Amino acid sequence: MTNLESIETYNLPDQRGHFGPYGGVFVAETLMLPISELTEAYYRYMQDKDFLAELDYDLQHYVGRPSPIYHAERFSRELGGAQIFLKREDLNHTGAHKVNNTVGQALLAKRMGKTRIIAETGAGQHGVATATVAARLGLECVVYMGSVDVARQAPNVLRMKLLGATVVPVESGSKTLKDALNEAMRDWVTNVDNTFYIIGTVAGPHPYPAMVRDFQAVIGRESKQQMLEMTGCLPDVLAACVGGGSNAIGLFYPFIDDREVAMHGVEAAGDGIATGRHSAPLSAGRPGVLHGNRTYLMEDEDGEIIETHSISAGLDYPGVGPEHAWLKDSGRAHYVSITDDEAMQGFHALTRLEGIIPALESSHAIAYAMKLAPTLPKDKTILVNLSGRGDKDINTIAAREGITL
Amino acid sequence: MSRISPKFESLRRDGRKALIPFITAGDPNPAFTVPALHAMVEAGADIIELGVPFSDPMADGPVIQRASERALAHKMSLRKVLELVREFRQKDDTTPVVLMGYLNPVESLGYRNFVEKAQAAGVDGVLTVDMPPEESSEFLPMLDEAGIDPIFLLAPNSTNERIAKMGQLGRGYLYYVSLKGVTGASHLNLDDVAHKVEEIRKLTGLPIAVGFGVKNAETAAAVAKLGDGVVVGSALVSRIEAAGDDSALALQEITGLLRSMRSSLDA
Repeated sequence: MTNLESIETYNLPDQRGHFGPYGGVFVAETLMLPISELTEAYYRYMQDKDFLAELDYDLQHYVGRPSPIYHAERFSRELGGAQIFLKREDLNHTGAHKVNNTVGQALLAKRMGKTRIIAETGAGQHGVATATVAARLGLECVVYMGSVDVARQAPNVLRMKLLGATVVPVESGSKTLKDALNEAMRDWVTNVDNTFYIIGTVAGPHPYPAMVRDFQAVIGRESKQQMLEMTGCLPDVLAACVGGGSNAIGLFYPFIDDREVAMHGVEAAGDGIATGRHSAPLSAGRPGVLHGNRTYLMEDEDGEIIETHSISAGLDYPGVGPEHAWLKDSGRAHYVSITDDEAMQGFHALTRLEGIIPALESSHAIAYAMKLAPTLPKDKTILVNLSGRGDKDINTIAAREGITL
Repeated sequence: MSRISPKFESLRRDGRKALIPFITAGDPNPAFTVPALHAMVEAGADIIELGVPFSDPMADGPVIQRASERALAHKMSLRKVLELVREFRQKDDTTPVVLMGYLNPVESLGYRNFVEKAQAAGVDGVLTVDMPPEESSEFLPMLDEAGIDPIFLLAPNSTNERIAKMGQLGRGYLYYVSLKGVTGASHLNLDDVAHKVEEIRKLTGLPIAVGFGVKNAETAAAVAKLGDGVVVGSALVSRIEAAGDDSALALQEITGLLRSMRSSLDA
């Protein structure tokens, strides 16, 4: 079941959303009907020419796709090894890859006749991207956000409110992304008839991991073509940060059958894996069930989910998309981790050497590329998904470095 | 062999409805739970639903979320809940006990290990909120072998096809969630419940317990009339919360509510 050699063409998940032992639909009974309606709509519209044409139009004219690939020559020269290329998802409307998915799901919500949109958010990027499409389509929008994240991502909270969304601070549990997801699920179960839940990552019950991946896969499809045009071949290594894992899957998925392309997912090691204060379930967790799917989790010996830590709110999540769990077990992708300190070094290096301020999430992938590049020859290429821009993080960075704004 | 079906049979013979209280194990502290279970039986409970606290109770409202947090603050765990059931069984070998909670603590312990420990402790049924029958193919045969009943939830939007499936796979009783929402919500509509329970009756012979949103004796009696039993959870748990550290007061409050429900049910 996790034997990669036996698979010629990758075609997971199966009909009930399983990636080998991972994924599935683990929800309370009241959500089974809306989930089966959503699954049906998702499979139908992903084959529907009009829907896909509308999605393409919006991605081009509203989001600003295709996003460019930039050869970070100075950065690469400084590191003295492989050439680093950046997929510039930070240049999308709203400043991150999240909007690729919210545009798609909002169109689906409209087709399904839903009038109310809900979402969870960590860093606020998905919340902003959801509030943005809801404003455009005239849909009511409620965003759940852990109160800890509300405090550390204030600019995005204001952005969501300006866009007309209601931001609900979540005070339960660890008051971060996982608790926001719990609260959004509770809202959904209460308002199933008129409400569409736009999950922001490749987690949750089927069809979300597959659906969000399919909406994000535009990243990898464009990258393939762009790298061929720029370098004449596919990249040797793909690198992307992994919280829930949507930007990473978006980049990886179209390359899964290209076995010569290595795929490296970068988790948040926080204060260091050994300290226990991190957000790296693939590196240091074990399989379990949370938020509707089976995947690697950060949990204690009794199966209670433990608090995670990362300087980056968007990676501060105890689970990970089930497809990443499968890619890990199968050996097709490799997962590594980067500490808060290393991510900060990556943040500063890219900012100073290339004039690009990366999001703290993406800074983890940058920091990993800084470690990897010097170990590879100069004719090798690393494509890093620069999943978002760092403007939202200036308060966090100022606080960490003792700067008063 | 589960004590649940014989209990419903004897209730039916007597023309009575099942009163099924829910409390969270370890709330407000582990020492409270076993005496509370005995007191609830004394006050007229027929079956006990014992909540296994979980860090991420997605289907629960704020009252039961906070109960989970209080219990977890005292390091309550699935292992310890099973020890509490074993302790309860030393003095009560007749009242059915159903564990109600989420899947991950069970996965963490391992299905086989959990089932063996639950059987040894004297557990009669297991209700795993986030494990629909589609994902239960490994777990169900183990429960069956151990004589532990899998209790499934039915919702207002469950299709007939699903109701029939739960009727086949479920044992003991089916738990009808009276409204779309989380535990402790307050918009229960009796006509809707009556209509849906009637539909469920046509598709399964299992007893039906109705819960979610049952706050007082009057609603309990009205709801019980429609099904075979009534589950009351948040109303009890909020009384435990209000009593704070005063265990005697908490016991008095929950047994008072259960007694009033019992007499309304039997009236």
